[in-house]
Amino acid sequence: MLYALCFLLFMIGLYCAVVKKNMVKIVIGIVVMEYAVNLFLIMLGYRTGGTAPILSTSDADVATKAVTAHFLAAVVDPLPQALVLTSIVISLGSLALMISICIRTYTKYGTFDITEIRRLRG
Amino acid sequence: MSVPLPVFVAIPLVVAFVLPALGKGLRPVATFLANLAMISLLVLAVMSFGDARVYQVGGWSIPLGINMVLDGFSSLLLLAITAVGTAAMLFSTRYMEQYTAKPKYLTLFLLMVAGMNGVVLSGDIFNLYVFLEIASIASYALVGFGGEHEELEASFKYMVLGSIASAFVLFGIALVYGNTGSLNMAYIARAIQGTGMNAGLAFALSLFVAGFGLKAALVPFHAWLPDAHPSAPAPISAMLSGVLIKALGIYALTRLIFNVFGVSIPVGWVLIALGLLSMVAGGLLAIGQWDFKRLLAYSSISQVGYVVLGIGLGTVLLAKGASVAWASLAILGGLFHLVNHSVYKSLLFLTSGAVEMATGTRQMRDMGGLADRMPVTRATCTVASASIAGVPPFPGFWSKLILVIAAVQAGFYWIAAAIVCVAVCTLIMYLKVQRYVFLGELPEHLRHVRETKGSMLVAMVSLAVLCVFMSLLVLVPSLRAAVLQPAVDVLLEGVNHSTRLIDL
Repeated sequence: MLYALCFLLFMIGLYCAVVKKNMVKIVIGIVVMEYAVNLFLIMLGYRTGGTAPILSTSDADVATKAVTAHFLAAVVDPLPQALVLTSIVISLGSLALMISICIRTYTKYGTFDITEIRRLRG
Repeated sequence: MSVPLPVFVAIPLVVAFVLPALGKGLRPVATFLANLAMISLLVLAVMSFGDARVYQVGGWSIPLGINMVLDGFSSLLLLAITAVGTAAMLFSTRYMEQYTAKPKYLTLFLLMVAGMNGVVLSGDIFNLYVFLEIASIASYALVGFGGEHEELEASFKYMVLGSIASAFVLFGIALVYGNTGSLNMAYIARAIQGTGMNAGLAFALSLFVAGFGLKAALVPFHAWLPDAHPSAPAPISAMLSGVLIKALGIYALTRLIFNVFGVSIPVGWVLIALGLLSMVAGGLLAIGQWDFKRLLAYSSISQVGYVVLGIGLGTVLLAKGASVAWASLAILGGLFHLVNHSVYKSLLFLTSGAVEMATGTRQMRDMGGLADRMPVTRATCTVASASIAGVPPFPGFWSKLILVIAAVQAGFYWIAAAIVCVAVCTLIMYLKVQRYVFLGELPEHLRHVRETKGSMLVAMVSLAVLCVFMSLLVLVPSLRAAVLQPAVDVLLEGVNHSTRLIDL
């Protein structure tokens, strides 16, 4: 159910990026898409009532030098969180570039409407 | 001596961030450093050619850490990237003097090269995504580098479609991770072999086809390419058309389909359909163009179609269980065309840059008679045109011939017919280039046009020489076995390749 909602968010972003005429709205649509993917990654690693994957002395079995089964059953998957962190940084970079191109385009054309920004044809 | 693999990413990355620190007076030093970086990358790529090895970043063992993999397929792409990159960098030394902010341009150029090298060397899919984004973001900025109306518009269009493609790819990666629990290509391949495809993985694969198809500008996803490639400065057009769409699009897609997901008949037919559509639509649209660089951009779509068609034929033949030799021939044709196209299309874009710099226009209607004024540019352009149009001694002829033979052997006569028809289209469009740019009357306003000189000339001539000798890659059996066959073997080995390479 949650995954379906996440996919819906992705599709809303895609719809916004493809259909809207305003450059800034297109950028917002792309950002919504990227956030939907980030949310999906986070949900992959999420576990209700889970704990942070940090090993404390009580979680390790001293006699066998192994991690207790309780710890393994309770921790969340840390890898998607690392991925999301990377992906947020990347989308920040591309967002900054997109917005600066929007600003430069506005100073050249005086509009954000992509139907009026049409010098390239053919 | 074996070169540590991260060097291919580290050299351009380090030099890229040193360059902006150099002040205004040190501009020649910056240019020299950037050229030195590209040449050393080329030397390293040649040195490590033919090796197959795995590098574990930071010494972490494989499922825990990131790994970089060099095999026949990636070393072929690495060689193409560094060779074209060196020529384009040499060309920009002189060409980019007409723009301000040259060090920033060099930085972006090197970042793009670092990203592409990372994509072809990466051994896990998330790392591939990160490098893909590095190369893409640098290329969005480079397309808009001129900062004029058209450049900004093209850059925005490219960036929107490119970002959508990246979101698709990341979504696919998340689905793969959710279904297999791993990001390493070899572990994913093993997990998929164990469980077989399920709905989630099939959806991920279709997301990858759409995402990487957008990056490679295959026909339903091609809208950005005819705007973006002509708007960039000429050496960047050469890099974008020559290697970027191949490293980011075709390489990544082929690697995932053959070595991670495994070949299947539906995927093969999707590739053949995309390839045929790109070939025919790109070819027909190119003939009507009057803007020199725009014509070249449409012809890139058409030529990339050939590559995808060859790889798709190989996929179908492998999945059907037909003779491996036939599949091998189709893939060989596709990959040889990929390497050929990266050389002659970048050469064509460089000559278009030389012509644009000399005449100040890209409209072929305003040109003519430049053969006497620019003899060397004309000669290099003719070599490249003859090659792309498939005139016999040149490499473009051999790669198309291999594709036709492969299609006929496999019994797909209509595909062979389509390849021949599009080759005729290609011949027509390059005759048009020759006729309107270099032959005919010299217009009054072009009387004072001078031949380009210095580094631009060196770059064009060296690519033209390379272009002439490329035919030897298939004609001499020992060269073919050393250069192209390892890449084909990687793809033929399929899902077992990555697991064998890291000793699972």
